[in-house]
Amino acid sequence: MSALFALFIRDLRLAIRVGGGAWMGVLFFLIVVALVPFAIGPDNALLRRIGPAILWLGALLASLLTLDQLFADDREDGSLDLILMGSAPLPLAILAKAFAHWLTAGLPLVVAAPLLGVFFNIDLLSMAAVALTLLAGTPALTFLRLIGAALAAALRRGGLLVPVLILPLTIPVLIFGVAASNAAIVGPVPFGTPFTILCALSLASLVVGPVAAAAALKHAD
Amino acid sequence: MQLSVADLTCRRGGRELFSGLSFSLAAGEALVVTGRNGSGKSSLLRLIGGLLRADGGRISLKGGNTEASIGEQAHYLGHQDALKPSLTVQENLRFWSAYLGPAENPSERALERLGLGELADLPAAYLSAGQRRRLSLARLITVHRPLWLLDEPASPLDAEGQVRLADLMHLHLTRGGLILAAAHGSIGLAATQELKLGVVP
Repeated sequence: MSALFALFIRDLRLAIRVGGGAWMGVLFFLIVVALVPFAIGPDNALLRRIGPAILWLGALLASLLTLDQLFADDREDGSLDLILMGSAPLPLAILAKAFAHWLTAGLPLVVAAPLLGVFFNIDLLSMAAVALTLLAGTPALTFLRLIGAALAAALRRGGLLVPVLILPLTIPVLIFGVAASNAAIVGPVPFGTPFTILCALSLASLVVGPVAAAAALKHAD
Repeated sequence: MQLSVADLTCRRGGRELFSGLSFSLAAGEALVVTGRNGSGKSSLLRLIGGLLRADGGRISLKGGNTEASIGEQAHYLGHQDALKPSLTVQENLRFWSAYLGPAENPSERALERLGLGELADLPAAYLSAGQRRRLSLARLITVHRPLWLLDEPASPLDAEGQVRLADLMHLHLTRGGLILAAAHGSIGLAATQELKLGVVP
C-alpha cells in the first residue's frame, strides 16, 4: 500500500513541478471553449444549445494532450522496468498513476467548467450540473486513455497512435455526458438516466483500463 | 539461496543471441558476464529480472521468498538510472525505497555512503552521469534484495566511485547476496566467476 501511495505522490509532484505539463490541458480547454463563441457569433439560443457539447469536446481533446506521456516517460528513463519489478500488482500501480493524472489533468477541467458557462449564456445552476457530468465522466476518459498510453509505450510509438486507438472508445462517454448536460439545461428528458449510465461507464473503465494497460506493458519488450 | 539458469535461449528481433545457456550462482558469489557488444549481456540480465520473456529454458531462485517472483527479489541497475529530473536527489531515492519495499537503510545514510550527502536537495536534472549512477546505486542499499543485476555498473563512475561500488558489492556478497554483473573490464571484486557470451558462432 505504501508503495502505491509513494507512486501516487511522485506522479502528483512530477505533474505540478516545472515542465510537468499539468496546466497545459486546462489552458488548452479554456482556449478551445473560449474560441467557439467568437466563431459562432452572438446567437444566445444557439450557444446555449451547443454549450455542453463544446465543453465536453474540449475536455476530450484536452485530455488527449497529456496522457500519451503517462508511461512513455517512465519507459524512456528506465523507471518502468523498476515499476514492473516492484511487489505491488501492476494494475494497481497503473491505477495509482491514473488517479494522480486525473487529479492534475481532469479535475482542473471540472473546476474551470462553471466559469465558462458565461460564454454560452448558461445559468450557474445548469453549469453546476454540467460540471457534475464532467466530474463523473472525465475519470472514464482517463482510464480508457491508459490503454492507449500503455500501448504507445510498449510499441514505442507516440504521436497520433493514442488518439486514433482510443477516441472511438470514448464515444459512449461523450454521448451520455452531453445527453446528461443537455437534460439539465434544456430538458425535457430526465437528468438521472444518462448521468447514471455515465457513472457506470466510469466504473467499468476503472476496472478495464488498468488491467488492459498492465497486459500491454507486461508484453512489451 | 541459489540462482539456477538451465538451457536458456534468447531471441531478439528474430536473431538468436544465445541458446542452451546454463549456469548457477550460490549465495555470496558473483558472476561477471562478458562478451562483445550485442552478445546478449543486457538481455540476459533482463531475462533473469523478468523484464523479457525467454524463448526456452528455465530460471529459478531457490531458498528465497517462494511467493515472490525473481524480479521482486532482485535489484536491476540498467543503462538508464530511473531518475526524474524535476525531483530532488532525496525525493528520487525516497520514492524508490518506498516503492521497492521495506527500507533497510535510511536514505540519508545511503546518500552519505555514496558521497552524495551534500547534494540531497538538488534537483536530479543538475547531476552528472557519474552522480546519477551513484544515486541509482544508493537505491541498492536502501532496500535489501538478495539478487543484484547490474548492467555495466561502473561505466560512468570515476575511480573513487568505482572503489565505493566495489565496497558495496563486497559487503553484499559477505552478507550472502548474489551479484550478476555485465561488464567489459574488471568490476573490482577479487573472486568472481566469468561467463563469456558470444563465443559459440
